[in-house]
Amino acid sequence: MATTLSLHLTRIVSQFSVHSSLFSPLSSAKQRPRLLNCRQSLRFHGRRGFFVSSHAAPRRLFSISASTTSQEWDKHSDASNERYDVIVVGGGHAGCEAALSSARIGAKTLLLTLNIDRIAWQPCNPAVGGPAKSQLVHEVDALGGEIGKVADRCYLQKRVLNISRGPAVRALRAQTDKREYASEMKKIVESTPNLSIREAMVTDILVGKNDNVEGVCTFFGMNFYAPSVVLTTGTFMSGKIWVGKASMPAGRAGESASHGLTENLQQLGFETDRLKTGTPARVDCRTVDFSGLEPQHGDEEVNWFSYDPDYHLEREQMCCYLTRTTKSTHQLIKDNLHETPTYGGWVEAKGPRYCPSIEDKIVRFQDKESHQIFLEPEGRSVPELYVQGFSTGLPERLQLPLLRTLPGLENCSMLRPAYAVEYDYFPAHQCLPSLMTKKIEGLFFSGQINGTTGYEEAAAQGIVSGINAARHSAGKSLIVLERETSYIGTLIDDLVTKDLREPYRMLTSRSEHRLFLRSDNADNRLTPLGRDIGLIDDRRWKIYLDKKARILEEKQRLKTTRISGGDLAAEITEVSRQPVRDSSTLESLLKKPHVQYKILDKHGFGNNLLSRMDKECVEIDIKYEGFIVRQQNQLQQMVNRQHRQLPDDLDYYAMTTLSHEAREKLSKVRPRTIGQARRVGGVSPADVTALLIILESNRRRAHEERKHQMLTSIMADANQEVSESPLKETISP
Amino acid sequence: MALQPAFRFLLRHLPATISSIFPKLSIPVHRKLSILNSSSPKPISPTTQITWRAAKENKLVSDKDERFGNGTVSSAESVVNSSTIAAIVTSLCGPPAAVGIVRLSGPSAVSIVGRVFRPASKKKRRGPDWSPVSHVVEYGVVVDSHGNVIDEVLVVPMLGPKSYTREDVVELQCHGSEVCLHRVLRACLDAGARIAEPGEFTLRAFLNGRLDLSQAENVGKLISAKSVAVADSALAGIQGGFSSLVKSLRAQCIKLLTEIEARLDFDDEMPPLELNPVIDEIRGMLQEVDDALETADYDKLLQSGLQIAIVGRPNVGKSSLLNAWSKSERAIVTEIAGTTRDIVEANISVRGIPVTLLDTAGIRDTDDIVEKIGVERSEAVATSADVILMTVSATEGWTLEDEKLLERIQCNKSGSSSTPGVLVINKIDCAPSSLCDWVNTLSSSFNKHVFTSAVSGQGIPDLEAAIIELAGLNRIPTGGRKWTVNQRQCEQLVRTREAFIRLKSSIEEEIPLDFWTIDLREAALALGQISGEDISEEVLSNIFGKFCIGK
Repeated sequence: MATTLSLHLTRIVSQFSVHSSLFSPLSSAKQRPRLLNCRQSLRFHGRRGFFVSSHAAPRRLFSISASTTSQEWDKHSDASNERYDVIVVGGGHAGCEAALSSARIGAKTLLLTLNIDRIAWQPCNPAVGGPAKSQLVHEVDALGGEIGKVADRCYLQKRVLNISRGPAVRALRAQTDKREYASEMKKIVESTPNLSIREAMVTDILVGKNDNVEGVCTFFGMNFYAPSVVLTTGTFMSGKIWVGKASMPAGRAGESASHGLTENLQQLGFETDRLKTGTPARVDCRTVDFSGLEPQHGDEEVNWFSYDPDYHLEREQMCCYLTRTTKSTHQLIKDNLHETPTYGGWVEAKGPRYCPSIEDKIVRFQDKESHQIFLEPEGRSVPELYVQGFSTGLPERLQLPLLRTLPGLENCSMLRPAYAVEYDYFPAHQCLPSLMTKKIEGLFFSGQINGTTGYEEAAAQGIVSGINAARHSAGKSLIVLERETSYIGTLIDDLVTKDLREPYRMLTSRSEHRLFLRSDNADNRLTPLGRDIGLIDDRRWKIYLDKKARILEEKQRLKTTRISGGDLAAEITEVSRQPVRDSSTLESLLKKPHVQYKILDKHGFGNNLLSRMDKECVEIDIKYEGFIVRQQNQLQQMVNRQHRQLPDDLDYYAMTTLSHEAREKLSKVRPRTIGQARRVGGVSPADVTALLIILESNRRRAHEERKHQMLTSIMADANQEVSESPLKETISP
Repeated sequence: MALQPAFRFLLRHLPATISSIFPKLSIPVHRKLSILNSSSPKPISPTTQITWRAAKENKLVSDKDERFGNGTVSSAESVVNSSTIAAIVTSLCGPPAAVGIVRLSGPSAVSIVGRVFRPASKKKRRGPDWSPVSHVVEYGVVVDSHGNVIDEVLVVPMLGPKSYTREDVVELQCHGSEVCLHRVLRACLDAGARIAEPGEFTLRAFLNGRLDLSQAENVGKLISAKSVAVADSALAGIQGGFSSLVKSLRAQCIKLLTEIEARLDFDDEMPPLELNPVIDEIRGMLQEVDDALETADYDKLLQSGLQIAIVGRPNVGKSSLLNAWSKSERAIVTEIAGTTRDIVEANISVRGIPVTLLDTAGIRDTDDIVEKIGVERSEAVATSADVILMTVSATEGWTLEDEKLLERIQCNKSGSSSTPGVLVINKIDCAPSSLCDWVNTLSSSFNKHVFTSAVSGQGIPDLEAAIIELAGLNRIPTGGRKWTVNQRQCEQLVRTREAFIRLKSSIEEEIPLDFWTIDLREAALALGQISGEDISEEVLSNIFGKFCIGK
């Protein structure tokens, strides 16, 4: 088993190199010519600035100021050193991972953020992980990212969800201290070599002659130059927050929105749309009566996001509480539906279906009498409680009465009202799977700008775009995580192939081959890649290799150790309701239903050198071997079938056998493979068949032509060289 | 080659039906249509609509030169379907038929026909372009590129999507001789059509979503059908009985998958999954797959038929039995033992299954060199037949020679002794059946025994019933479902079945919920391959094997 599994992994890893090589000619072709054409492009930008201003009246002020400064800069260009390899715009969860990975790889990186005090802020639920999201966190960690370590360091409570549903859907969730989380991350960002931070509002992207990015321009007229720019604008681009009918421009409550960038990108030809999301009210925990509420404690045995044991430091846990909506909650909402933005009809942007507001839940599930509401602490030093499952668009005057309908909150006081935020995003089919945009070379998008929701989704995209931005600046090939290698790959593949129009949240069901994408093997899958990229240092690499060796050895031991009779056999017979034959291997015992590694430990047949996580890996690999092998076969079949490349120059509009919608969507998305083509919305299985038939008949025709050419050339040769030979007669009839 | 049965089926099922290929069958419709065609004034709106359509078609033609020969096409990928194909779709073998058909399909079918067809009606000749009304027959002549009349034809325009391929289809009903048909086809090719590859019309029907893969496969089966039962099963396949079963099974799998996966992600908001309905549903699906798989054997029978060897001692009435069963005088029958020297074949049909009866030389030790070879052949036939009829004489009873013969047959079949055997006690008219108690002692050596009289024909229906039971046909319901599954579909059904069985055991062993999805997904994948919704290399090569594209 061990050998087959690792074999497959190496196969997957080798796929990266195969696919990344796709990009190598592109990026290596332009290895740092930027110093040469910088002056020209600056002038070009100045012209474009005026051009923009004449079009968009409200933007005039910004553009003119931007262009004048660029002219000024022209004179003093030698004095300035605002030149970087990578510029990351935004200091949220995507921005931090992007900036850190880029700087750690060795790229000189600049992080531009609106407010340095809000780096890695958790404006919504201060929690990390949960179903599918935890896999993302593990994977980011396996690649050498930061989110898992910070969550491990700042947790208030940790629980493993979905324990009984199978190892692939098991999910770790951590409630974190929001203040501590932000300050920890800020410390890390501030202390990373190669990484500078600056407060700024970016209003323009500077674009060179070849539709390549050259830098950014800020509201106050600064230009920063870099061949790679990562945009992680979150909810800030033209952000607008709503409480009831009242609204104001803001990215988050109390923070100003960023203006100008959307229009700039629209001018560059990007398609934009609006999304909305919301956050519930915060209540003062000192005003809540917890006595009647069901407490939810953390796990006794704490699990970890990071594979680095240096971060496995246990701390005291805090308790969450469970309450429920009541009849009067439902009544109050039904009576005031017209006061909510969605049902009142004054906000059109689509919200996340998977994170619905309380009024959505009540309208959609009419027959459900009550919904669960969780009360979660936001930190050790703050009195705020997050009311999970209770986000609402109702006006502020109704919010406190609404909160007070919940048991335990009858006398609560509200610290912050719930609000919704509307923001601009760029449908991510405009990105390549490397997260570089198709239109502008060197420009990367990550996080909510791509239409996702969630810190984990943001971090996952952030690390990929950070790595690729740095590699792009260094003239290296870009990496692509294929769908079947990881949840990160699945996430990005969904983003770039589907024309998503609502916030995208990671779900376990989005990954078809999740048994292979477990949290316990994310290091197996991705750490070698992280090592190749340069994000895994020698210490981490040794930890990884040691763990792998331990597990391999243990599997070998279980395979060869045999027992006959005894207490262990008796207990296993009892637990599994299956007889134990004499001289059974420990491996065969572990395969029986309901038998866990713990039983081996209990009877002294375990291995003390193994950590709990190691034992879990061994147990899963052995116990579910049959399923894993089967899934692997499915995967292999699928990979063979779906990784068939689509030529870049396919003219979909000329393929009359495709439906009109498919022609349109495929032309828009331009998938790289058959697999991606079939995941594009609006493309039916019949369309895929037709496409395959066209490809296959093209292939056959090309083959025939080659054969024909070869034959004619042979004939020509034969005619020339041995004109007297009898061969000639046999060939030319 | 000829697609007429499919076409006939199509005509029967299209909403706006027009005349069939065979005048005899279609006189009433035909007449009605021609009345409509000649006398009734046309409503204006369809005509204008069609003129616009024709104009569009013309533009298409002028943009593109479609006069590529057959095979040597080398332009872009759109060739597969943007071209207009033409072929003679009626059979050219055998004596000339009264009527033959040239069919065209593709975006410029109408304009190509417009170039070679001259309507007889003067009204129609006025416009520069031929603008037919869909599903209305027109009469006229076909001219070649020099304007010479080459045949008198009926034109049947069927504009897309109401056509076999969902493209514009025009059929030219010509005189049935090979010369006429080839001249008309030539004229169409000269006017811009390309000759169709074998099966290409059906391929287009498949690509345009008119048929799914299993339906398309059945078209081929229907065309080559040699018995009513084969034709019925193919027709049932085209009509989608099997496809809809596969689709509904697949939909069920996906529904279950969704149910389970929703619980993985949103456990709090969902009611808990109830196990018993899930298990019942899986059991139900398994049953349906099993039922479908049973038809696979039937399909094999329909395609290859049954071989039944009649063996026995000389002079027990084997040849008489063959004659009686096939209602012919196929074999020579005399009183002399050893009359039959070689294998005599007769073809009959048992409940629609083609059956070949093989009469053999009576098996005995003999010095006659000819008879000796005959005996050897008999034994060889006995080893390869699907069913063996061991014939004995009721008057003589079970003799020592019979015993020896049975041993000989059985030891020849080393290993594969599974060939079913039927003991036939012939000449029952000469001896009362009460004398045949010995039969019961032999019941272990034979699957069945039947009393017959080859002279009176008594017992032949019993024999047929025994054969049907042995071939497993009694499990196939005579009414209701008639479709059968072919080899390719069978393989995927077996894959589906295995997945369901594993799923059941996973549930019974209380394996966690998430693991169920693996086998459910496997089942959905296998089912998707049957209908061609999920395209694997195998399906693709199947399509290319069947339709000869791009060679």
